[in-house]
Amino acid sequence: MKAGGSQERYTLGDHVLQIGVVLGAIAIVLGLAASVYIGLASHHIPIDFSFLSQVSGLHLSEGLTLDLSRPWDLVPFSSSDTNLQALILGLYNTLKVALLGIVFSTLLGLLVGIGRVSPNWLLNRVCLVFVDLVRNTPLLIQLFFWYFAVVLQLPALRSAAQFYGVIASRQGIYTPSLLGVPAWPDFWWAALASLVLAAVILRLTRRPGARAFRWPGIAVIAIAWGVALAALGHPLRIDLPVASRFRASGGLAFTPEFSAILLALVVYTAAFIAEIVRGSIEAVSTRQWMAAYALGLKRHQAMTHIILPQAFRILVPPLVNQYLNLAKNTSLAIAIGFPDLFNVYGTVANQTGRSMEGILIVMVAYLALNWLISLVMNLYNRRLMAQGAR
Amino acid sequence: MNMKIAGTGLASALLLMGLASPPALAQDSTLQTVIKRGQLICGSDNTKPGFGYMNPKTGKLEGFDVDYCHAVAAAVLGDASKVKILTLTDKNRFNAVQNGEADVVFFHTTVTTTRATAVGAAFLPVSFYDGTGVLVKKADQIKSINDLNGGTICTTQGSTTEAVWADYIKGHKWDPKTQVLTYQDLDKLFAALNSGRCNAMTTDKSALVGWKGNAPKPDDFVVLADTISKEPLAGFVRQGDTQWHTALTWVAYALVQAEEFGITSKNIPEMLKSENPDIKRFLGVDGDLGKDLGLAPDFVQKVVGAMGNYGEIYNRNIGPETPYGIDRKGSLNDLWTHGGLMYSPPFR
Repeated sequence: MKAGGSQERYTLGDHVLQIGVVLGAIAIVLGLAASVYIGLASHHIPIDFSFLSQVSGLHLSEGLTLDLSRPWDLVPFSSSDTNLQALILGLYNTLKVALLGIVFSTLLGLLVGIGRVSPNWLLNRVCLVFVDLVRNTPLLIQLFFWYFAVVLQLPALRSAAQFYGVIASRQGIYTPSLLGVPAWPDFWWAALASLVLAAVILRLTRRPGARAFRWPGIAVIAIAWGVALAALGHPLRIDLPVASRFRASGGLAFTPEFSAILLALVVYTAAFIAEIVRGSIEAVSTRQWMAAYALGLKRHQAMTHIILPQAFRILVPPLVNQYLNLAKNTSLAIAIGFPDLFNVYGTVANQTGRSMEGILIVMVAYLALNWLISLVMNLYNRRLMAQGAR
Repeated sequence: MNMKIAGTGLASALLLMGLASPPALAQDSTLQTVIKRGQLICGSDNTKPGFGYMNPKTGKLEGFDVDYCHAVAAAVLGDASKVKILTLTDKNRFNAVQNGEADVVFFHTTVTTTRATAVGAAFLPVSFYDGTGVLVKKADQIKSINDLNGGTICTTQGSTTEAVWADYIKGHKWDPKTQVLTYQDLDKLFAALNSGRCNAMTTDKSALVGWKGNAPKPDDFVVLADTISKEPLAGFVRQGDTQWHTALTWVAYALVQAEEFGITSKNIPEMLKSENPDIKRFLGVDGDLGKDLGLAPDFVQKVVGAMGNYGEIYNRNIGPETPYGIDRKGSLNDLWTHGGLMYSPPFR
């Protein structure tokens, strides 16, 4: 117990009180657990997790799961997979929406937030209307709007036009993709590995002494790619989607449900992030602007070099809250039939009757996801603060 | 650690601390609870036209399942109106009886082994024999279920239909890219079919007929002739309450038996004067059948007087006179004496 420099001393009575509070809290938790257990037992429903290894018998509309015998590879789900694999598929879909949602809502939120402090009257008002409209209507209703009024109003697949290889239809949005031909299954792993390697090189060559190795290092990776591609006989090509009766094959496919939930979460969260960005920019002392102008910087230069770096230090902690909200709001996907974790849990619970066990798993999964987001952001925040202190 | 030991340990620890009142393990039967409360809490649906549906014209919850709720109230409390209808969803209907929120649920529910065991539902006699069918848009030119191979098939979350389709796609070696999309309730499902997102809406045929009947332009839709599964629908109560389960089982049988005897809501006064010993016993004029079930001796009179017999409930809600027009003649839902499966064990 840090008393922060004051002369406070704790008496024995204080300690007894605190121990009592802790014991009381433990007793309440145990009491709740016991009452749940007894309640279930009196209805002949013992807690039992063996349903996880049973065959699910479900046909889930999208997403990948883990092949439990090859846990490094994501595979499509089949109805002979287990309930655990079904839940992993749900988690995969949740993570996919949450991560993409965080990236895009941050970008959009930054733009709108900067627009909100712009001296350009029109831009300023447009951003204000956007923020007000989005922040003051419920997310669930926005989700229905994006799904039923926007995505499902796209043309049907057979009448949808192709635009530079992109097909936007109510059966899904299809874009060209890079594909290994005839089969280079490890393309994405190789790409990821080279990106990581490039990042490591950039990081290691930050010191002035090592700077000379930076671009040669990157060049080596590029040459390796060139050699590999030539040796494998140009195995990459652009894969264009081709529409057939029910769906398009080839290319990258985004289902209407995925597109709608992502759109809804990005737009909704971006409005809140925009307000945080605006608040953070306004919190930076106006003298910083004046000082920047005095140095002869233009407005956009002052913004990027002077104001934003300072605003960022104010911005990160409230930003984490928005990320956490976004991660939790993915569970609304159930309303439009996107198979996220919560949705798949519902289906599994209904087929097996294991709602209690399922909800425990789901709660732990969301808790872990949000802890992870907090952890990453806190580490980032600490670095930011340390930089400022230097 | 063994869960039972852990549970007992927790319970005794709590009792020692005096934090919990003793768990009410030896509780009253739901029958006594309902009588004491003076009101039946019956779980049903509000999105299945003909079965459990909020009729926008009358503003009332109506349908086949809802009538069963009223019939139970009439049997247990002697008054068909003493019922509170709890509207549930496909997903929470079982929890509603497990945790005692509802005394009984009539929710278009298929009897399956898992539900009768792991899910903890104690089923009443089958009230409607149904099967999974498919509703498509006429414009889509889908003539049989096989035309849907590779398409998008939509149904509700937590229904047996979901599992039925997974088996069908696998069993018939369909394109594994065939999508099965699940929505929370039927109105979203119908909206998705209408917008063209789904190539087919699939659930019990009776519900499909209802949605087609209620559509702005019913002729734009077709219910395909194929049936891909059997779906016997029944109400259910929670497991482990034999008295309540037995009483409601025989209330359900009474509706069928009344039709077999030709007893209707209209002719009950004459039937009470019948000399037929079977009818006298059935209506509680003679004997103690009602009392033995824990119900009033004249419970059949109350039920049939208020709601009519099985055939009347059927015709009022989903029969040929309604927009849904589900034909009963010669179907599984006809009386056994007419070649159907509706059959009550004898009341004796």
